[in-house]
Amino acid sequence: MTLSVVFDNLGRFGHGMWVTVELTLLGFALAFVIGIVVAACRVSPVPPLRLAGTLYVEVFRNIPLIVLFVLFFFGFPKLGIRYSPFVSSVIVLSVYTGAFVGETVRAGINTVAKGQAEAARSIGLTFTQLLRIVVLPQALRSVVAPLGNLFIALVKNSSIAYTISVVELTGVADRLTTETAKPIAVFSGAFVAYLILTIPSGYVLGIVERRVAFKR
Amino acid sequence: MTAPVLADALGPRGRRRSLIASVVSTVVIVVLVAVALKRFSDKGQFASAKWKPFTNWPTLKFLLGGMGNTVKAAVVAMALAGALGSLLALGRLAHNLVIRNVAGVYVEVFRGVPLLLLMFFSAHGLPRLHVHLAIFWYVVLALVAYNGAVLGEIFRAGILSLDPGQSEAASAIGLSYWQAMFLVIIPQAFRRMIPAIVSQLVTLLKDTSLGFVVTYEEFLRRGEIAGEFGKNLLQTYIVVAAAYLVVNVALSQTARRLEVRQRTRYSAGAIRVAGIEDLAVVNAHGEAAVAPT
Repeated sequence: MTLSVVFDNLGRFGHGMWVTVELTLLGFALAFVIGIVVAACRVSPVPPLRLAGTLYVEVFRNIPLIVLFVLFFFGFPKLGIRYSPFVSSVIVLSVYTGAFVGETVRAGINTVAKGQAEAARSIGLTFTQLLRIVVLPQALRSVVAPLGNLFIALVKNSSIAYTISVVELTGVADRLTTETAKPIAVFSGAFVAYLILTIPSGYVLGIVERRVAFKR
Repeated sequence: MTAPVLADALGPRGRRRSLIASVVSTVVIVVLVAVALKRFSDKGQFASAKWKPFTNWPTLKFLLGGMGNTVKAAVVAMALAGALGSLLALGRLAHNLVIRNVAGVYVEVFRGVPLLLLMFFSAHGLPRLHVHLAIFWYVVLALVAYNGAVLGEIFRAGILSLDPGQSEAASAIGLSYWQAMFLVIIPQAFRRMIPAIVSQLVTLLKDTSLGFVVTYEEFLRRGEIAGEFGKNLLQTYIVVAAAYLVVNVALSQTARRLEVRQRTRYSAGAIRVAGIEDLAVVNAHGEAAVAPT
């Protein structure tokens, strides 16, 4: 076993890492938007929206991600809904992660002191104003760490895009394993590559967390 | 459903607005559902031939067999991962520096990579190293390698969440380290860990579907086979997704109920399972964080 397999294929590893980064960043950006909307629905005074938010979270949290992938990519074309593998991956990853983000943000909203919402309402803010100006800015600060964990989980979950032929990091590693018959070297390379992606994310998160923390 | 946290006791204007918003959002939701249903019927996806296979026993039996394979892999993997996790937790808490580091490195490595990568390594890599097993065992191996690391962290958090006074008291009455561990610490810690363990079981059950990619005939793979055969892939995948939903919601409810019971029965709380289901990161203070895997 030599690690030369990894060094000879640094270009392919690099490309795989780049695809993983793209999937993760696009997926998380969309998931964040979805999550905020879902959380807003779940705390709103409008019963149908609350129900819709709850259903969204329960449905997408309890179906395995890979089932969503194959349903969307192999099943939905029968309904005329057809996207490229990469776009499909971003959609599925963000829809799935959005449910978790929504749950996390809602938990954050619950940590905001009740007096805040009461004060905002007593000065005449509407529900959306109250949420946007008063509650969400405070709620998001308290959930930076859990959101960061979701981000790191998304880095790993993006590997499932390989099932629908998006060759990201795990895809590169699997193909190299088959081509070179040196699984341990290839696996070590992939592991280091994932670490290179997750460790800086954790570091950046730490900085963000300190920056936004309440000064008490 | 819990009461909305931000808008209790609406005034007359608020009630009126909320009513209008209710009507509007209901209409929007109904329209969306109607559009989706129309798409189904326009493309002929409601045709009875597409749904009929689910009423005949051979197809159902085939699919249920897949569910059986999923459960079998999940249960075996859970048992083995529990054993591995226990060793890892004890290892990480050991006094011996070497053991502590070996266990620590294992946990970091196997928690840091996607389970799918482990699945491929197991099924496509091990044969190259002349390790030949049935596909079932490749799947179980990958699940155990990953979940062992996760459970190890749960166990460690559970043990660390106990008051140090417990182990001090145990030493004070003359128990050795292992006696204290098995007679005093673990029985108490285990109770606190039960909800987190059940949550991890749900995650593991979901993760078993990754066996699909290495052609293990679990539920999703059987669904694909049945769908290709019956020319109703879309419908089969919908049924598979719905079945997963039902099973996992039931298990998650159990986890939630266990956690509540824990909270009420013992004054000391369970290790907190944020978001209940998916627990992947537990830090040393026994604080769990949400993370889907």
